[in-house]
Amino acid sequence: MASDAQNSNALIEVKGLKTHFFLDEGTVQAVNGVSFSIDRHKTLCVVGESGCGKSVTARSILQIVDHPGRIVEGQILYHGDAAHNSAGGEVIDLAALNPRGKEIRSIRGKDISMIFQEPMTSLSPIHTVGNQITEAILLHTEMTQEEADARAVELLRRVGIPKPEDRLKAYPFQLSGGMRQRVMIAMALSCNPVLLIADEPTTAVDVTTQAQILELLDELKAELGMAILLITHDLGVVAETADDVVVMYLGQVVERGDVDSIFHAPQHPYTQALMRSIPKLGVSRHLQRLDSIRGMVPDPYNRPNGCMFGPRCEHFMPGRCDAADPPTIQLATNREVKCFLYEDEANSGSSKFTPAER
Amino acid sequence: MMTNSVQTIGASPPSAEVLLEVKNLRMWFPISAGFFRKVVGHVKAVDDISFTVRKGETLGLVGESGCGKTTAGRCILRAYQPTGGQLLYHQDNREVIDLAPLSNNELKPFRQQLRMIFQDPFNSLNPRMTVLDIVGDPLKINYNASGKELEDRVAGLLRQVGLRPEYMRRYPHAFSGGERQRLGIARSLALDPRLVVADEAVSALDVSVRAQILNLMRQLQDDFNLTYLFVSHDLSVIEFLCDRVVVMYVGKIVEIAETEELFSSPLHPYTEALLSAVPNPNPRARTQKKRIVLEGDVADPARPPSGCYFHPRCRFAKDRCSQESPALREIGTGHFVACHFAEELTLHGVNAEGEMV
Repeated sequence: MASDAQNSNALIEVKGLKTHFFLDEGTVQAVNGVSFSIDRHKTLCVVGESGCGKSVTARSILQIVDHPGRIVEGQILYHGDAAHNSAGGEVIDLAALNPRGKEIRSIRGKDISMIFQEPMTSLSPIHTVGNQITEAILLHTEMTQEEADARAVELLRRVGIPKPEDRLKAYPFQLSGGMRQRVMIAMALSCNPVLLIADEPTTAVDVTTQAQILELLDELKAELGMAILLITHDLGVVAETADDVVVMYLGQVVERGDVDSIFHAPQHPYTQALMRSIPKLGVSRHLQRLDSIRGMVPDPYNRPNGCMFGPRCEHFMPGRCDAADPPTIQLATNREVKCFLYEDEANSGSSKFTPAER
Repeated sequence: MMTNSVQTIGASPPSAEVLLEVKNLRMWFPISAGFFRKVVGHVKAVDDISFTVRKGETLGLVGESGCGKTTAGRCILRAYQPTGGQLLYHQDNREVIDLAPLSNNELKPFRQQLRMIFQDPFNSLNPRMTVLDIVGDPLKINYNASGKELEDRVAGLLRQVGLRPEYMRRYPHAFSGGERQRLGIARSLALDPRLVVADEAVSALDVSVRAQILNLMRQLQDDFNLTYLFVSHDLSVIEFLCDRVVVMYVGKIVEIAETEELFSSPLHPYTEALLSAVPNPNPRARTQKKRIVLEGDVADPARPPSGCYFHPRCRFAKDRCSQESPALREIGTGHFVACHFAEELTLHGVNAEGEMV
């Protein structure tokens, strides 16, 4: 697609990814032709409403899509660096690997690790914290149990858990929600990953804990030099953490760009509407009504023809938007929008539709 | 020590008509242990809280999980039997009745007037009942409505919440999250309530749908003369919808103020920290922001710290804070705060541009 030019610094390149779920009722096209790249040492946020396929995209990268889903098309290119020997400088197509095979298992939890939304259900209730952290270390490195324990203590201290030596023997139920999320992060960091995938890491915790966790992730990114793929529905979290943003709607990327232009000059009607519909602290104090997007996200079995956002769009053009899938138009380097409104502009070079900078 | 200040809170300004006075409300859940289930302590989920709900306003109840906001809401609806305190309800005929000690039978007439909207639109609707049954049941039970009359009334309610009356025979599974929340709202409005307690009513919804429901709740408030008690952890939603806000921390009220006052000039360090923790949807604000990150976790309501419950996490804490529990007192008109040093601290609020000042 349009993302061929800027791959020098790319760590992961997702190209035309399609992950479908084959159910009795029909096929759910959860991810339907998604392309983006994650740069080294950068935070990429994937944002969208529930059902837009953001979590499935993240899970596709690690090949942990739940049955009956599977990757049906596309590539996920992992550009390993020499320091991480599982790739050794080569380019691996993660989408082509066997989900149960040896290769992907050597990458999972080592080169690429993941933290999940619900720390209570993602941690084993019957194993101690220490046990769960050392598992990955013992699996992927040559360390002995003692060395692994020492490493676990060091990790727990790094993620801000007080008295880490005692906590090794604690079970997840003995920890608070924020502490559990920290344990998850410690687990994910145990093998110095180059990419950390965080799927709604702060959705289940309180705002003050969320602030702590986001701060921690930011510090760790700077310290360990990893890239972060953050999946979230919270635009506030995106604004505070992202370098680059991918906006998804119903399994497709509708807009892509750096965080400043996504927030201050959104191009796709969906992104624009999304930005207007969130109550902003301070600003919404005197508002009588919030701008809302009409209608709702369509049923996954009954997808609209043409543009997925067409039926809810303010700029809907009959005969055009419902006739064909809109093209992905490159506006600038690293800046894409999937909308007919920009097609003429791209062809003629003039700018007839520029939303006011906010 | 608390009782003196409480009297002043009960007295509301003469301009606003009072709907409900909550006085020293207390909900302690027993912790039992051992073979004989001996009570060894209490979880003080709601501990001596007092506030008033004025007629026609939206009062926000905000705090983090475990602060007792939901329990307080449920006590007010008498889903729980409070372990102490009064719930003085001002009826239409100006009679005042204390709801707290009433039995289930005595409560029946008030159940129509105090209604609830639940958080989870998926679990709060019976999957085996049609929309007509869900929304119409309160009408059947209370007014003996049936047949055409019932259907007309339900159709009217559905229209009012933005749903099509033709969908009346459908089951909840046929509706999306936002539509189900509309059903929940229609059900709570069926009996013309005076007070609606909305417990995290928009927390489970997507951003685009959330704005629709918030607008709807505002619209209905005007149409039905409703009073809302809006329980939420989301400060930006609270700011949009509420006239006044009560901030709770570990079962106690730390601050009460008009929305604008609370957000622009908070007086309690906890409120300040909450405000600063809300992510600002403006990437350019990232560098300017002086975020206050609280240390540690919310205190355990079964074993709260001594003195002010917030002192172990407070950046201004002094010796007095760990010894003496601060009373809720009025500083400025209608602005109540429970902090020993409220007058001396300079705290940051959020201005109308969304910046911390």
